[in-house]
Amino acid sequence: MFVSTNWLKQYVDIDHVSVNQLAEDITKTGVEVEQVFPPTMDDEHLVVGYVQQCEQHPNADKLNLCQVDVGQGETAQIVCGATNVAQGQYVVVAKPGAVLPGDFKIKKAKLRGETSEGMICSLQELGVDEKYIDDEFKDGIYVIQDEVEAGQLAAPLLNLNDSIIEFDLTPNRSDCLSVIGMAYEVAAMYNQDVKLPEVNVKEDQEQSSDYIDVEIEDEQANPYYGAWVIKDLEVKSSPLWLQNRLISSGVRPINNIVDVTNYVLLEYGQPLHAFDYERFGSQKVVTRLAKEGETIKTLDGEERTLSSHHLVITNGEESHAIAGVMGGEDSEVQEDTTTVLLEAAYFDPQTIRQSSKEHGIRSEASVRFEKGLDITRVKEAASRAAQLLAELGGGKVLGSIVEEGSTDWTHDQVSFNQSEMEQRIGAEISLGEMKRIIDRLQFDYEVDGETITVTAPPRRQDIKIKEDMIEEIARLYGYDNIPYTLPTGEMRQGGLTHRQKLLRQVHEYLQSTGLYEAVTYSLTTERNAERFMSPDVTSLSVTPVQLAMPMSDLHSHLRLSAIPELLASLQYNVARNQYNVGLYELGSVYAQINGQGTQPEERTRVSAAVTGLWENHPWQGVKKPVDFFALKGIVEGLLDYLAVDGVEFERGQLEELHPGRTAVVKLNGDIIGYIGQLHPTVQKEHDLQETYVFDLNLEAILEGSNTREGYTPITKYPAIAQDLAFVVAQDVPAAQLEQAIMTQGQPHLHSVRVFDVYEGEHMEEGKKSIAFNLIFQNNERTLKDEEIEEARESIVNHLESEYNAVLRG
Amino acid sequence: MKERLQSLKEEALDQVKTVTDQQALQDIRVHYLGKKGQITEVLKGMGKLSKEERPIIGQLANEVRDVITEAIEGKKSKLEEEAIEKQLEEETIDVTLPGKPTQVGGSHLLMNVIRDIEDLFTSMGYQVAEGPEVETDYYNFEALNLPKGHPARDMQDSFYITEELLMRTHTSPVQARTMNKHEGKGPVKIICPGKVYRRDTDDATHSHQFTQIEGLYVDENVRMSDLKGTLNALAKHLFGEEREIRLRPSFFPFTEPSVEMDISCKVCSGKGCSVCKKTGWIEILGAGLVHPNVLEMAGFDPEKYSGFAFGMGPERIAMLKYGIEDIRHFYTNDVRFLKQFHRV
Ligand SMILES: [Zn+2]
Repeated sequence: MFVSTNWLKQYVDIDHVSVNQLAEDITKTGVEVEQVFPPTMDDEHLVVGYVQQCEQHPNADKLNLCQVDVGQGETAQIVCGATNVAQGQYVVVAKPGAVLPGDFKIKKAKLRGETSEGMICSLQELGVDEKYIDDEFKDGIYVIQDEVEAGQLAAPLLNLNDSIIEFDLTPNRSDCLSVIGMAYEVAAMYNQDVKLPEVNVKEDQEQSSDYIDVEIEDEQANPYYGAWVIKDLEVKSSPLWLQNRLISSGVRPINNIVDVTNYVLLEYGQPLHAFDYERFGSQKVVTRLAKEGETIKTLDGEERTLSSHHLVITNGEESHAIAGVMGGEDSEVQEDTTTVLLEAAYFDPQTIRQSSKEHGIRSEASVRFEKGLDITRVKEAASRAAQLLAELGGGKVLGSIVEEGSTDWTHDQVSFNQSEMEQRIGAEISLGEMKRIIDRLQFDYEVDGETITVTAPPRRQDIKIKEDMIEEIARLYGYDNIPYTLPTGEMRQGGLTHRQKLLRQVHEYLQSTGLYEAVTYSLTTERNAERFMSPDVTSLSVTPVQLAMPMSDLHSHLRLSAIPELLASLQYNVARNQYNVGLYELGSVYAQINGQGTQPEERTRVSAAVTGLWENHPWQGVKKPVDFFALKGIVEGLLDYLAVDGVEFERGQLEELHPGRTAVVKLNGDIIGYIGQLHPTVQKEHDLQETYVFDLNLEAILEGSNTREGYTPITKYPAIAQDLAFVVAQDVPAAQLEQAIMTQGQPHLHSVRVFDVYEGEHMEEGKKSIAFNLIFQNNERTLKDEEIEEARESIVNHLESEYNAVLRG
Repeated sequence: MKERLQSLKEEALDQVKTVTDQQALQDIRVHYLGKKGQITEVLKGMGKLSKEERPIIGQLANEVRDVITEAIEGKKSKLEEEAIEKQLEEETIDVTLPGKPTQVGGSHLLMNVIRDIEDLFTSMGYQVAEGPEVETDYYNFEALNLPKGHPARDMQDSFYITEELLMRTHTSPVQARTMNKHEGKGPVKIICPGKVYRRDTDDATHSHQFTQIEGLYVDENVRMSDLKGTLNALAKHLFGEEREIRLRPSFFPFTEPSVEMDISCKVCSGKGCSVCKKTGWIEILGAGLVHPNVLEMAGFDPEKYSGFAFGMGPERIAMLKYGIEDIRHFYTNDVRFLKQFHRV
């Protein structure tokens, strides 16, 4: 909201502070200032001039030579190029020495041989926004319509010397949606009085009730409606002072009737509406809820369809306004309007808010109605408007406003205890000081011992409970004056839970493998939401959760795997010539396991996607692209790091992955995720080279994580290594052989590990050679050769009979 | 014989002098000093000598042997030295060539900020609380004093899934859930980080998904000044000891009074510049005393208990701290961005 400081000064004395100080003080005590607009011009070289003579420039067709009275008996000769300059006009003259906006310095000059002592200005040249300028003056100089004198300073006349403050109002401070409301706030801050405008209306003998009647159908939606008839009006431009006020508040002047209603709206915060009485079409205002499907053409020319919860102002038949939101075109005040029906009403905030939202209209009126107005000031605002219409439009105000409903207000009372207040704020504030603060707010109150009971005025509907008064007292006492303390309550052990610590360790581990932590979006496309689902997710037979009203198809469904979003990140990097990228994410997927419409279960998964070179040290000839075993190594390392037992890897299938290079990861027999290479078509789709991913259920992994208890002593007996190589059929998985060796090698076989695999040349078709390194160990004694030999024999025999394996060399 | 020994000595010394490799030197040793070497050969003729001559020739032979041995030993160590020199020279590398990269990844900047704040508050006795991202309307709004139809719901246009379910718009529902679990008994001292969602079109300053971290402290006799002290500690931890804070009135439905905290602008030290929009202050977070309705709905007696709450955006903090101009950098996962902030 924009507030003119020149206007504000009419109600509260702020002459002693600079506008920047004022802005800072208001921000600190009440309402945040968004921006301060300094005066566009405050220059004594800018004066009103009277064009005594205007003739064509002797040496230029398109220029005029004007003799202008600039006051104090001085006449200036000015060359002016505007087509609308003429003798007898009062105009704005920038005399030599003036500096116009844009640092445009006016100097005495010679134009085509004629001296020009200044410039006759257009409003644009004076920094007035084009949207506020009347069409008549858009393409030429501004001709002053008001009664003025030559030599008079023009900057104040055009309000160019005004500083304007833009406020960012919070929804609770609707009382500040008016200049008077803001004046109360400033007055409380500086301990000043508020000077309200003097309102007196001279009412005619004729009565409004002879012209109009009011009927309210729904008192809940419309608690009060007042209608006033003003006759014999002349529609014309408003005087400059009024236009200035509107422009400084960001409202475009239209004509004196509309301007007056807008002026009062800005001054009191009370929206009013002026109907053309003749065009209203009846002698009765009926306010009612609209009929379903009823239509109205609003002031902006739009045809709008109404619903039964929209409040409308009707003439008993047709609607003439969407109450509190926008008037209708049919009864708009026009140039020939002479009699006006002035509406001063109070509408239910919720009703207006819904209506405004559904029609997509946020008008100055609706913004105020929906926040809740000071109902006790509706009539005062109406009187103020009537007074101004009489003054500025020559209107005859008919006797007494015709009313329906009531403007009664039940005041909220708030009681609090001084010491409790001190305790809650944490500062020493005496009873006397509290009373002074409440005085400044101009709230009524009573004191009984330590207890203060405040009666909140209707302009401050946000004061309802004790805590609201804590805020009032604290902010005016000054937040700067409250000391810094730390809580004194019972000391509690803080810290991370076991799970939170484990999660941090998982991050540290994954980062140590060379992966970067990524943060991706939870909301993805419908297609992505169903892709890369791990079999353990698929088996829940859930469908992705869908937003009711997504903003775009890109983020319409909740993910069931983070892989699609991680791939999008890889693609983003590769497209920017970052070819070697490894990302991981710990994040939720959202599985609606209890059926449609239920709160989904959020499960943390650990996912990664890697593309490009995994090892890259080119000048020494190391350039290894990422492969399946790089990712498998990370996963194995993670499970080992977290001491998870019972893990198996098996060939697996996933639509999006390479059928020959995919493994499912099992924990105690249950699938918990997968590792694999992207299917070549999926790689192509993402413009990626060989890319590997894994996606694992982290919850299951954490659950399987064992805490170490005690330790295994380091044995002093030597370990004995043995290598065994076999030729077997190609399709026998290494893990099966390892498992068989481990079982047969007991009780002394400590570990077994593949150290060589060979297939191809010198190898029988369909066969491979696979070599294992076996470590035998007994912690209590040195093993005997016979024991090793026995184990070896058992292993060889078993593999020969079970796997048709042949021991090599 | 004398002459023979003398000439052998001369001959051997000459050969030692000219030899250039260890093997040849070894051959010389064998040739002259070996069991079947020249000197032994000469001494075989000792029998023909007179008694008087024998010791003289014997001594001379020993002398010759010693001289040759010494010469060989001397030459040997010289050759060894030369060999090492040569090896060292051959093994010399260009130490300015790049080293083999150690593969280390890193954490995400947003998570760094969150973990940093978690660590500060856990050291002050807070616990880290978490909750669902798909929330019920009740916990996201109603329990926070935002009943259906409340005007402030406009301020946070949300992604609804059903009428009763939505993507949480803040992490405050975690506060409500945690308070509920405490069954009306304080203290509650938590910090709640997490992802949140709002109906915003992604651009340089908006993101439909972002993160938030909120704090809550509920106990008997919690004061506004405690909030001020806590926020001061946070601001100094995040932005440096020399930063000042100020509180100013604001509005949030779940706190009363509500405040916003600004820190003094680092760029201009409070004098006013373009970063702080000429005010000398930069807005950091929202806070306030917990609204009695919120306490009551969570089962706490507002006459007995009071509390404070605060909430901030890690994105904003990171952007201010590092001068990051576009919020989308946090979600594109550009490695050129990630690598700059891989650790706290
Ligand atoms: Zn600054």
